Amino acid sequence: MDNIFTATFFVSIFASTIRLATPILLTALGEIYTQRSGILNLGLEGTMTMSAMAGFVCAYFSKNLFIGFLGGIIVGMICSAFMAFLSITVRANQVIAGTALTILGIGFSSFIYRIIFGIQKLPPQVESLTKFDIPLLSSIPYIGTIFFQHNLIVYLAYILAVFSWIVLEKTTFGLNVKAVGEHPRAADSKGINVSKVRYTAVIIGGAFAGLSGAFMSIAYMNSFSDTMIAGRGFIAVAVVVFARWNPLRAMVGSLLFGIASALQIRFQAIGVPIPNQFLLMLPYLVTIIALITVSKKAEFPSAYTKPYSRMER
Amino acid sequence: MRNITKIFGHLKANDAVDFKLRENSIHGLLGENGAGKTTLMNVLYGLYRQEEGEIYIHGQKTDIVSPLKAISSGIGMVHQHFMLARPLTVVENIMLGRKSSRGIFLDTRKVAAEIRELSDRYHLMVDPYARIWQLSVGQQQRVEILTTIYQGANILILDEPTAVLTPQEAETLFSILRQMRDDGKSMILITHKLEEILSVVDDVTILRDGKMISSFKVTPATTKEELSRLMVGRDVLFDFNPAAVKPGKERLGMKDLRVKNDKGLPAVNNFSLSVSEGEIVGLAGVDGNGQKELAEALTGLRPAEGGKIFINGIEAENKPPAFFIHQGVAHIPEDRQNMGLAMGFCVSKNLIIKRFCQQPYAKNGLMNYKNIKNHAQKMIQDFQIKTNSTEDITRDLSGGNQQKVILARELADEPSVLIANQPTRGLDVGATEYVRSRLLEARSKGAAILLISADIEEIIQLSDRIAVIYNGELMGILPKGSQPETIGLLMMGKRQGENTGVKENQ
Repeated sequence: MDNIFTATFFVSIFASTIRLATPILLTALGEIYTQRSGILNLGLEGTMTMSAMAGFVCAYFSKNLFIGFLGGIIVGMICSAFMAFLSITVRANQVIAGTALTILGIGFSSFIYRIIFGIQKLPPQVESLTKFDIPLLSSIPYIGTIFFQHNLIVYLAYILAVFSWIVLEKTTFGLNVKAVGEHPRAADSKGINVSKVRYTAVIIGGAFAGLSGAFMSIAYMNSFSDTMIAGRGFIAVAVVVFARWNPLRAMVGSLLFGIASALQIRFQAIGVPIPNQFLLMLPYLVTIIALITVSKKAEFPSAYTKPYSRMER
Repeated sequence: MRNITKIFGHLKANDAVDFKLRENSIHGLLGENGAGKTTLMNVLYGLYRQEEGEIYIHGQKTDIVSPLKAISSGIGMVHQHFMLARPLTVVENIMLGRKSSRGIFLDTRKVAAEIRELSDRYHLMVDPYARIWQLSVGQQQRVEILTTIYQGANILILDEPTAVLTPQEAETLFSILRQMRDDGKSMILITHKLEEILSVVDDVTILRDGKMISSFKVTPATTKEELSRLMVGRDVLFDFNPAAVKPGKERLGMKDLRVKNDKGLPAVNNFSLSVSEGEIVGLAGVDGNGQKELAEALTGLRPAEGGKIFINGIEAENKPPAFFIHQGVAHIPEDRQNMGLAMGFCVSKNLIIKRFCQQPYAKNGLMNYKNIKNHAQKMIQDFQIKTNSTEDITRDLSGGNQQKVILARELADEPSVLIANQPTRGLDVGATEYVRSRLLEARSKGAAILLISADIEEIIQLSDRIAVIYNGELMGILPKGSQPETIGLLMMGKRQGENTGVKENQ
């Protein structure tokens, strides 16, 4: 037990922190667009499960991971378009619609999976995405191992965080999204199509969640199970609030979850004398505590979860 | 605008209305609430489509299908509820919906410079990079004006622009409007304040029940009485001139009271004031200077952080709301729709909501609906509440009648103390007159009334003494008959005594 806290230990912890934070970050980034436009999509858990299944199926039959990711993204967009339809056009209660979508997504994905593959002794597998060492940078001692020896989606997630910040803060589209979430009537009176902006924002959120779901089944793992998302969709929603709708802060929130997950896995591996059920709780507990302490400052978008209609005052 | 008709369900909100705006003029659109002023202007601004009628701009027939079309036709609107997203900056709000010169990226710097220039030209004093929530209400309104000018409007519609302003801010606004008129713009001023019509407006059009009643040039000979008769359809009482009543002993007292707001920041600081039996103390102040927090502390709805509250001589700070109710403290809350009434309940239930578990409305935990209904019928008659039955849902009543339900509930059992927070906000002339006369009646029955209002006219008309709150602090107490300007100065944070020099220089 004495020599476990060595440099190697920390390097491997931090490297897996970065990897484990990736799906949370991707989903959270998408949900930032969605929530900024005033829609709460609680269906992310189901969306991610659907996309994990779709990504796996596409990759399995095409033997091409790129097609797998594409499939995951498209299914993610379809699921969230459904959510957008319920919350924007039908003006349904978003919490109920989202919860229903989650339950539907988890059930439906395992149904389809069972139809395609039946019951097999060993679960079908794909060749998962291999890591890509960035030339030069990856050979820096410690730093290289932590930051620059991951698969491409991991790099992409962090690039997308910066990209999303630019979109929200520096583009007309970002301004429209924020205005629609804060004061849809004002946006409407300036000639912005509130429904269209909201649909777009929710579907962008679905694309991110789709990529994240596919990441789980064909990059992080190499097979599908209907429990593999394991609450990450909900954690991502928590991270969004923790980050106060800022993509860069979402990075911090995701890493927090990542480090708790990484520690939990490592503690189990080295046999820390704590029942593993409690260790498994760790990432979720960390998320809840972080959320409680930080989110007091959170100022929700004014039109959060409120459907908009021009005729109502 | 010719022959405009707009129908909502069964209601004709506008019935064949004609409206003509001259170039380079300020045109007042006068009418009570529900007379169809805002509807007419929403038609002009493309928010509603008219069922009948045509709109001509500079002699050209124009079909205004959307606000976007209105903007491109040179029409801008400053709404009563500001169309500004609070966490965003001024320039972000103005850029909204506008094509950027940098394609998909925002051209913040360029727009900010242009805004600054426009702001200087009309002395609007707006910082383009300030966030909306940091600005005062008057400043936010100027941002709205700036937005419309920036969009190239030469016809401006202002919906009740002075409802939220201090007299000084209103004066600033009017001088801006005059300057804009001289600069070649035309403005429509929607209002139900007669003073404004007389002081700034060139022409006036009066609507009543959706119909155009009259339209004429305002001359020095035009009087308030004449306007109100056209607007209400009968003579209206303006000066209550309540007989002086000798106040009795203290009923409501505050000593160094401190209260925090929802964000945990101090909202009321070391506030001391006393209200006696048979006295109305007016508390003047611009919205958001701690009035809401004070009223809530005085009714047990918000904890006091320090200091003392006395109700009928009993120390009452941090006692539960039930204590205040038992002591006969009545409360007319500022936000009648969220705090004053359960909007989904029927009228009879709202009328007993404070005493629903007491005799005769309930016994042994069972409601006595017969007594509740009888009580409601009596109240509806006594307080002239316009409703079809005691079981009508409160949401369906007009604003004035909703306020009457609250009045009936709070005044029915002759309260010893009444905290009235903005009791006539948003009500039309007729309903306002009614509410004010009821307050005076409660006073003559011996209630100690704290009248919190942002409307200086109201404060002056009704109060025996006038206290002014600014930033949670008491700025001073003025006697009956003080001038609006004096009160206004205190409302802007000049302490009593500090302002004398300024006044002499004017």
